[in-house]
Amino acid sequence: MRKRPDKTLGESLRDHGLSRRGFLKLCATTASLMALPPSLAPAIAAALEQARRPSVIWLSFQECTGCTESLTRSHAPTLEDLIFDFISLDYHHTLQAASGEAAEAARFQAMEENKGQYLVIVDGSIPGPDANPGFSTVAGHSNYDILMETVEHAAAVIAVGTCAAFGGLPQARPNPTGAMSVMDLVRDKPVINVPGCPPIPMVITGVVAHYLVFGRLPELDAYHRPLAFYGQSIHDRCYRRPFYDKGLFAERFDDEGARQGWCLYRLGCKGPTTYNACATMKWNDGTSWPIEAGHPCLGCSEPKFWDAGGFYEPVSVPLTLGPTTLLGAGAAGGVIGGGLAAMARKQVKQDAATRQPVTVDELEQKL
Amino acid sequence: MSVFDPARAHPAPGATCARSAREHGHALPILHEIRHALERLLASGEETRIDLQSMPFGPGDLERLTAVLGQGEVQARVEALGPTLIQETAIPGVWLVDYRSLEDQRLSYQIEIATLPEILRPRPEDLAESLAALDARLSESGLDAAAPNASPSSS
Amino acid sequence: MSGSMEFLLWTKGPLFNIALAIFAIGLMARLVEIFMLGRAPNYAEPRAHEWPAGLRTMLTRTVADPGTFQRAPFNVVVGWVWHLGFLTALLFFVPHVELIQGVLGFAWPALPNPVVDFATAITLLALIATLVHRLTHPVKRHISTIEDYLVWAVVFMVVLTGYLAYHRLVEPYPLALGMHILCAEILLIILPFTKLTHIFTTFIARWYNGAAFGRKGVQS
Repeated sequence: MRKRPDKTLGESLRDHGLSRRGFLKLCATTASLMALPPSLAPAIAAALEQARRPSVIWLSFQECTGCTESLTRSHAPTLEDLIFDFISLDYHHTLQAASGEAAEAARFQAMEENKGQYLVIVDGSIPGPDANPGFSTVAGHSNYDILMETVEHAAAVIAVGTCAAFGGLPQARPNPTGAMSVMDLVRDKPVINVPGCPPIPMVITGVVAHYLVFGRLPELDAYHRPLAFYGQSIHDRCYRRPFYDKGLFAERFDDEGARQGWCLYRLGCKGPTTYNACATMKWNDGTSWPIEAGHPCLGCSEPKFWDAGGFYEPVSVPLTLGPTTLLGAGAAGGVIGGGLAAMARKQVKQDAATRQPVTVDELEQKL
Repeated sequence: MSVFDPARAHPAPGATCARSAREHGHALPILHEIRHALERLLASGEETRIDLQSMPFGPGDLERLTAVLGQGEVQARVEALGPTLIQETAIPGVWLVDYRSLEDQRLSYQIEIATLPEILRPRPEDLAESLAALDARLSESGLDAAAPNASPSSS
Repeated sequence: MSGSMEFLLWTKGPLFNIALAIFAIGLMARLVEIFMLGRAPNYAEPRAHEWPAGLRTMLTRTVADPGTFQRAPFNVVVGWVWHLGFLTALLFFVPHVELIQGVLGFAWPALPNPVVDFATAITLLALIATLVHRLTHPVKRHISTIEDYLVWAVVFMVVLTGYLAYHRLVEPYPLALGMHILCAEILLIILPFTKLTHIFTTFIARWYNGAAFGRKGVQS
């Protein structure tokens, strides 16, 4: 599985007998993959020619392997392409052949040989330094120690999936494992977040391809997400958006509006507050995506999506407040108001009882 | 069967659903974009590529777009890093280019507004090597040795 | 880690609870106090019933009489326009209807978004006009207090942030929505303690006046 990343990608591809037309096609599809306009294909060609395959170490912590499952369904480039041609995947629990001591040895070797050059991809959240390290360990070492040790000489860290990017499910209240995101722990290295539960496979490979092609990190938003994929909200790219603007909503999953494919806002769609590429890149080889399938967006690529209100509650509904709380507050207000009024009445009565009439003469005498 | 078969190329999930026939209105802006690109091509020869996979199409939008564009006379297939299927539309100068992987999955689907799609033209580097390639094949074939007078007159 | 999403969840969660609690407690305290204080008992024999006169006055004082209109047409027209626009947006915008459903447990049908959008735009323009008028009209300017400007600013910000959020003119959207919710919460918090209480007391006061006059057999 291991290959030295000593040749440029151009050389490596020519060794594989790739024709110049094939290379052109690779550039055109890579531009598409990176959500860049097709006009950038020549720039990609020039860059790919010089690119070197980076060594990649993939660390899995508190995760469900869903992100790896997603990655294995990437079709452009295929996982095989990615592993053999584009990157040197030197450590990955699920995909590597080696196990036990040999696996850990592979990680150390990759770190040693590519010091300062290698990429670390993380999926899963990490029990923080103050949490009980026993919640998640690999080969007897805590996730936190492994992360810090591996990241020390890395060129950059890619946090794949919402757990690694934002803490995700393990960090949902009450966060029993003290889960933290990569961004919370790694402060001195560039961190790219590729959130989603799971992220779109093409987005994972697209980010890796971007690093490979241009040798630097893509442009990021405030949450360290690549703008090429997370630059626009689901709502803004949704093909059902015209229905929102016309005020046509599905009220239930089985009503006429749902059958007509109207907007799912009232059924709890988090599209307005969610930034991801589902609406254009879609899932399963471009077949469909949740809203096209008739289900509201859950907002899985946003921080705290698990705690951000019910999945079937509209975005505008408050998180915890209901009619009973309001009634309680109203009742409390009533009592307070009653008390104030009673006090005021008492004051009036008291004043009336102790009233001492003053004549004009008396007042003038005082002056 | 044609090289480009829309039914096979787009297993649209909603295609069998009666409701998918409704208009989502996302084909029209692309058609306008193609119109502007054609104007540029005619005026200055500037070529344009539109990545259809970056469009927020609803079910049926892509089919509606390709139906309007129609089918032209040219169909081509390039075998390099998997097949690439090229279909001329009924509008000369507007091409549908379908990049597919070795496993025949779609990698990218683009509209090219050009006299000829880029991938059909020989690469300049390949063209520069073409004479040498022919000479090599000629000598390999042994035909020039059998006919001594067949050597190029320019030499 | 701080971000727009955390901000939005904070405004939708804890801050909303606090704001609504202050609003409910404050408003109920004010209303109960007003009702319980009442007026001194009137032992004179009523000349007419209180209710018809009270209800009539609720209506007549809502529609400006010709004299008032001639004296201050701007106040009447612009006042009506922005109040109606504001109420349309507040009560009939889909997300607001969902919010009301979530908080009260019941709601009513909403209006199409373009209608609400138009009403909101008109409201914004009308509110700007009221401020300009307040600042340029010598009498209005003289009688305006800090509270008047504060209330105007809060109401204007609620409408403006809502408009910006709906048209997604501020990125990222959770920040825009959070700002809007925050402004609305500030409005809720100051409502019971400023002249904004008129939202709930106007019609009570009009009824009270009308009823008092009606009892005396006087036209109001």
